[in-house]
Amino acid sequence: MEQVLSPLAIAHQHVVFEEGLALDCGVHLPRLTVAYRTYGRLDAARANAVLVCHALTGDQYVAETHPLTGKPGWWEVLVGPGRAIDTERYFVISSNVLGGCMGSSGPRSPRGEGGDDQALWGTDFPPITIRDMVRAQRRLIAHLGIERLFAVIGGSMGGMQVLEWAATYPDAVFAAIPIATAAHHSAQNIAFHEVGRQAIFADPDWQGGRYWQSGRTPARGLAVARMVAHITYLSEQALTRKFGRRVRAGSSVLGPYSDIFEVESYLQHQGSSFVHRFDANSYLAITRAMDYFDLAAEHNDDLASAFAGTKTRFCLVSFSSDWLFPTSESRALVRALNRAAANVSFVEIETDKGHDAFLLDEPDLARALSGFLAGCAEHARLA
Amino acid sequence: MSLAARIAPLRHVAKNMRVDLDLIAGMIAPGTRVLDIGCGDGPLIAHLFRTKGCDARGIEIDMKEVTRAVARGLPVMQGDADIDLAHYPDGAFDYVVLSRTLQAVGRPRAVLRQMLRIGTRAVVSFPNFGHWLVRWQLLARGRMPMTPTWDRMWYETPNIHPCTIRDFFDLCHAEGYAVERWLAADEAGHRAPWRRAPWLANLFGEQAVFLLRAKR
Repeated sequence: MEQVLSPLAIAHQHVVFEEGLALDCGVHLPRLTVAYRTYGRLDAARANAVLVCHALTGDQYVAETHPLTGKPGWWEVLVGPGRAIDTERYFVISSNVLGGCMGSSGPRSPRGEGGDDQALWGTDFPPITIRDMVRAQRRLIAHLGIERLFAVIGGSMGGMQVLEWAATYPDAVFAAIPIATAAHHSAQNIAFHEVGRQAIFADPDWQGGRYWQSGRTPARGLAVARMVAHITYLSEQALTRKFGRRVRAGSSVLGPYSDIFEVESYLQHQGSSFVHRFDANSYLAITRAMDYFDLAAEHNDDLASAFAGTKTRFCLVSFSSDWLFPTSESRALVRALNRAAANVSFVEIETDKGHDAFLLDEPDLARALSGFLAGCAEHARLA
Repeated sequence: MSLAARIAPLRHVAKNMRVDLDLIAGMIAPGTRVLDIGCGDGPLIAHLFRTKGCDARGIEIDMKEVTRAVARGLPVMQGDADIDLAHYPDGAFDYVVLSRTLQAVGRPRAVLRQMLRIGTRAVVSFPNFGHWLVRWQLLARGRMPMTPTWDRMWYETPNIHPCTIRDFFDLCHAEGYAVERWLAADEAGHRAPWRRAPWLANLFGEQAVFLLRAKR
């Protein structure tokens, strides 16, 4: 079994909570493992902690070389010494989400979580929500001896966690920065996720979700899911700028069965490199968690009441060419925060890079983040 | 500190910072909640926080200004006064400030109503279209005035709703707003001496600042 999943079976820094976790679905997860990384130093007052929440396919390796892929951390452009989220000033924490496949409890972890039962959860892993992910992070934060986070930051699904943090634990969040996100997953977003899930289900190697038993993983299905999702992360302008209608060198055969356009091989590369670092059942569990997310529904269909009386300082960021989490979604959040008389900053950053822009080197994003954090540090009287 | 001493340094930065900001700040009590509509990159917000400990926030329509303000650590959101004020609850602020923006909004009367719904008081400043030079130019030349204050051609000015000091008094009366304080000043921020005579202030003041409160 371990040989089969060997690429994923790396030792990740983690903490185990023996008491487990009560989930929104009603199931009590018997043991909870949270894998995490930290950067920088926690100050004496334990007041400079910044939690970075990752997106659907991200993980806790924010600002260091990834142990599996050997690539730089996914947010190294923004997190590090002297960067916008300065690890010389802030104590940065990032954990693998509940349901993930980088060491936290999820479909590919053993039911016994290190105990006697070594059988994997697989598709029996209980359905999870964004709020469950945040509850697991809350355990980690308490374990690290932190009562109040100076800031919680995240893009896309990470932004959903930021919103959930601010709504569920308002006193534990001084500043919240939800980037390129929304208060709920739209019908269009759910539809794209469903295409990805169906691609995984349709792969004969998925085998009802028990693929580890045969040693064949649903790589084709997962790759197609990634390809579809990747299109939604880019803008039409960005695809045109990068590839246009350029034809691959050496492709002379015209026909439906050969790769012709550069954009095709690009997408295929995105798909095939993804399957080496991600688990198909985790993909199913986490996309579902995103689809379930509806912050207003958790608060009597009134988004403003999710933030009633909040003292948290908010900074929302959207990107002009993001059509997956468009500016209108951020603006709806801003208006709900206005109704709650919350302290809110909001910028839309002009870029043609689509939803992906939050992961890329966008100077205006870096300036807004570092400025907002510095302003909050002044208000929090952070040294 | 005398008014002149307070204002003198502002003259050097008049091109960067609108000179009425100090006049506005003078009408705002320390430690209060303030919303600045059309705040630019946030000079008034920074000033009120640093010197008066106010919880000051801003709305600005121009995204470049907003990005600059947020990068300076100021709580500013991109928004449109004509639309976004409706989303705030009643009495959310002690003061709502509209600095040299009233003449540029689509529905000034509706914006004023929103200001005095979401704030206990409103501070409004605007360039005075009743200034003698404006009147003289229109009378003598028969063309739209071009002055240091009104310096854009009629076809490209954002100032679609200019008014005079007396017009504004009339509007306040019609809408039932109490004028708690008011003043007229020249472009450099020097306060005009015609405190008791609105018609004189209307002739010689280049800009005006009003502190309003909704009558019960």
